[in-house]
Amino acid sequence: MSGSVPAPATPMDARAPLDPATRWRLGLAGLVGFLALWWAVAASGLVPKAFMPSPVDVARQFARLLQEPFAGHTLQTHLLSSIGRYLMGFGLAVAVGLPLGLLMGWFRTLDAIVTPLFEGLRYVAPIAWVPFAALWFGTGIGGPTLIIFAGAFPPCVINAYRGARQVEPYLIEAARMLGLSNARMIVQVLLPAAVPSIIAGVRVSAGLGWQSLVGAELIVASSGVGYLMVKGQASISTAIVMSGMVAIGVVGLLIDVGVRQIESAVNRRRGKG
Amino acid sequence: MSDIVFTNVARNFRRDGKEFPALRDINLSVRDKEFLAIVGPSGCGKTTCLRMAAGLEFPTSGTVAVGGVRVTRPGPDRAVVFQQFALFPWKTVAENIGFGLVANGVAAAERARRVADVLKLMNLAGYESAFPHQLSGGMQQRVAIARAYVLDPQVLLMDEPFGALDAQTRVVMQEELVRLARVNPRTVLFITHAVEEAVYLADRVVVMSRRPGTIREIIDVASVRAADSWDRFEKIEDVMDQASFVHLRTHIWRLLREQQAPDDH
Repeated sequence: MSGSVPAPATPMDARAPLDPATRWRLGLAGLVGFLALWWAVAASGLVPKAFMPSPVDVARQFARLLQEPFAGHTLQTHLLSSIGRYLMGFGLAVAVGLPLGLLMGWFRTLDAIVTPLFEGLRYVAPIAWVPFAALWFGTGIGGPTLIIFAGAFPPCVINAYRGARQVEPYLIEAARMLGLSNARMIVQVLLPAAVPSIIAGVRVSAGLGWQSLVGAELIVASSGVGYLMVKGQASISTAIVMSGMVAIGVVGLLIDVGVRQIESAVNRRRGKG
Repeated sequence: MSDIVFTNVARNFRRDGKEFPALRDINLSVRDKEFLAIVGPSGCGKTTCLRMAAGLEFPTSGTVAVGGVRVTRPGPDRAVVFQQFALFPWKTVAENIGFGLVANGVAAAERARRVADVLKLMNLAGYESAFPHQLSGGMQQRVAIARAYVLDPQVLLMDEPFGALDAQTRVVMQEELVRLARVNPRTVLFITHAVEEAVYLADRVVVMSRRPGTIREIIDVASVRAADSWDRFEKIEDVMDQASFVHLRTHIWRLLREQQAPDDH
């Protein structure tokens, strides 16, 4: 028992914060419980093994995919090709979305022109872009990039816009008093003031972009985790499909951890959190 | 020569599609190097006066001129100190102070020298690389005053600069400002609702009526201060102990009480 760990207000208070060690233990317990249940159902033989491989089978399949090529490549190579594609789409979304959002937050006319169009388009889910992307940009690099872009773009725009709109008016007045030009105002006041909101948006965007990836890779012919899963489905190997899902989950988790690190570093520097 | 001249200034506000007057018949000149404080009931438009001198708001009729030039936009010749400090949270103390100089194209070497000077003047040496959130409210307002002073402005516009500080810090900052005004006199327009602060700091105190704000009376503090030589005192409480100070303060209080709205008790 450490003295610095605060005791819960009352033992009955379900909303009292948990200490990190307890959180870890409970999270681990949830994962182990899930795997145990899965294993038990698989071992009971109620479901045919081809449709319900046990966790051990999936782990074995996962390890095999790392060593032997399936659908043309090993799992690592598929993952690398997915990540490359992802970085293209996500990078493009950040590069276009953040400046657009900031400018919309500063220039009311641009806001009025873009917002209705943007609000309409953002309800077209990334997966709904697939046929169009395939027709226009093909199954090479263009189509998948567009689909990931469609997933990652809206949070970048929205959060940069919100961040710019929510800058304290007195900060803008202080900057005008100091003699800042419009251009300097956007780069040196709006952008840094919007950074917390922007990073939160980039985090959502990074997640949505990665989630759109499989949709993107359904139309890719030669490589990628999505492609591997489609091939696994074609050869009726549930274990391969599940291995792909595990790989997507793990990489997604790592992306989120990475962006969270950046987020908390920025907030620390500003004395928040 | 940098005075602030309000000529026949009126300002209307719009609410629910209806115009109503906020300020009326403001004729006032803040003389060169004078420290002028405006006190008045809340909502009387005293802050609006300051914002019009800053170029952040504009009169509905009449003109505001600084140094003989009509005010049309904000600028570093009219530095503002805001009640909320308005420091840039992502910049260090030194970067906050130097920001206006960067924006106005002052070369790095001169910038460093001027920032260092003002850091020393405001007792901020040693805090150059701290971020605003690491400082107390009083220290943050010192940085904001330093950021205004470093621009070497013609006039300083201070909008309830100590309103957000606790009582003790407030007193220290008031004494500090008096010291600063002696070393480095400027034309200052100072908005406050604290009567004692106004009498302690200002050469003249303008008392405003409640909305629509008009000038109720202008009280000459400087002559009383000189006659009773308040300047011999270092501490604010010693000045506040003087019969002449108490007399002025009570007079201004009475004027303000007359302006109190019936439902304001």
